[in-house]
Amino acid sequence: MIKKELCKIISQEEIANDIFQLTVEANFVHEIKAPGQFVHIRVANARDPLLRRPISISSFDKRNSQFTMIYRKEGQGTRLLAELGPGMLLDILGPLGNGFPVDEVGAGETALLVGGGIGVPPLYELSNQLAAKGVKVVHVLGFQTESAVFFEEEFLRNGETYVTTVDGSHGRKGFVTDIIKDLSFDCLYTCGPTPMLKAIENGYSDKKVFLSLEERMGCGIGACFACVCKNADDPTGVSYKKVCSDGPVFRAGEVLV
Amino acid sequence: MSRLNIALPGLNLKNPIMPASGCFGFGREYSQFYDLSQLGAIMIKATTVEPRFGNPTPRVAETSAGMLNAIGLQNPGLEKVISNELPWLSQYDVPIIANVAGSVEEDYIEVARSISKVSNVHALELNISCPNVKTGGIAFGTIPEVAKQLTRKVKEVSDVPVYVKLSPNVTNIVEMAKAVEAGGADGLTMINTLVGMRLDLKTGKPILANRTGGLSGPAIKPVALRMIYEVSQAVNIPIIGMGGIESAEDVIEFFYAGASAVAVGTANFVDPFVCPTIIDELPLLLDQLGYEHISECRGRSWQNHEQLAHHRA
Repeated sequence: MIKKELCKIISQEEIANDIFQLTVEANFVHEIKAPGQFVHIRVANARDPLLRRPISISSFDKRNSQFTMIYRKEGQGTRLLAELGPGMLLDILGPLGNGFPVDEVGAGETALLVGGGIGVPPLYELSNQLAAKGVKVVHVLGFQTESAVFFEEEFLRNGETYVTTVDGSHGRKGFVTDIIKDLSFDCLYTCGPTPMLKAIENGYSDKKVFLSLEERMGCGIGACFACVCKNADDPTGVSYKKVCSDGPVFRAGEVLV
Repeated sequence: MSRLNIALPGLNLKNPIMPASGCFGFGREYSQFYDLSQLGAIMIKATTVEPRFGNPTPRVAETSAGMLNAIGLQNPGLEKVISNELPWLSQYDVPIIANVAGSVEEDYIEVARSISKVSNVHALELNISCPNVKTGGIAFGTIPEVAKQLTRKVKEVSDVPVYVKLSPNVTNIVEMAKAVEAGGADGLTMINTLVGMRLDLKTGKPILANRTGGLSGPAIKPVALRMIYEVSQAVNIPIIGMGGIESAEDVIEFFYAGASAVAVGTANFVDPFVCPTIIDELPLLLDQLGYEHISECRGRSWQNHEQLAHHRA
């Protein structure tokens, strides 16, 4: 069930250049069903910016009723968010959407988690949950440059981790797709920029692949029809899925990326 | 005794607050937050004869105190709205205002004829003002004579009162209002969104895939108030006012301007509870302002002293 709650900020820190990790206390943590769900945040009690900001949940702790988000300070909304500190209250709507299906891969099997830039965070909770149930987790994380890299060590704790940077300043130079072509897996989960998702979907049509999509949103709950995408089996027709309430995670081949 | 009930053609509203068309889908999403029977009415998403996918994405862009949208009237089509959405809504004790859209006259007539026969549809909102569809729409919403003829034809086939939704994207909105009144409109709803644009700083291109979109939210409130102020003095049919409403104070301001009820649009996206919150807060605000009933606020901006004295008596 979706709740609107004033959540107390527990901590906020910059963990890489312009990348912030924000932990809040929220009763609705107990409503979270799967890694990859997101929340919709009102960054200021003001009319500018007017709309909420969708941000993915990177990990949660039901025992302490807390969850963590990792976001990039980029536009007006995230710049305001980055200024907030512990003890302040934040108006959050959540949990929203459908996350990654962890049951698609079993103990002893291999899951490949592929993240690009700010698409990396929702994979962290997924990695934790898969590792905890005995799945062999392999991570491929792509970033622009060394100063943007985060959570390499955290992912390493759960399993093999490859990092790429576009400029080669850290890890392997290139794109995540250069690395995953040499890896074998039973199930692939990915979140990141659209060209990356497309490349993965096209490259592994014979595999079990789950993609988390991003789209500009209005309401975040499925009412405004801002974030729709077409069903893959009906590319010229009227059938659709809403990224916010039907997704953001879809099985590859379900919608047109 | 209710201090908020309002009677309008076809509509016995327990309060004058309703979500605006296009900002509330068919109510399902908001029903997880509160009992929809609390609402005065619901203006459901525009319905066209055939299902529509709408425009490519991005479909929304933000701007100071507002947002632009170019959804493009996405809806499941007349048949599905009648077979799925309206029966689902009938579990709630709330009158439905069905927004009727189309590209040509025959579309509007077909939707109006069928949808007005559904028992929980108490009124139609004739959408002649959507800025985001390529064909039709514009002429119906900007040429008085065309709007009048369409209103007349829809009135002929509708089983329930017809409210016409006016576009602010005209030179003379009073002229449009008078034309649709002459065409037999039972009421007006106003204003629809203002056409606007945002550009991407990196690419230099429009953010919206449709290039232009409809501006809504608090940014357009003064425009809506001014237009309602002008139109309410020029016509004898009631106005359901909309345009940036997000609080009980805004509602009173719209009544002062001349509205008889109001619709809340964009604010639903910011706060899903905004409609019941406003309904809860209105009686207290009426107390503070010294009114027994919200109808006493209507038209205060242009009423003369004698009329006002009569109201307060």
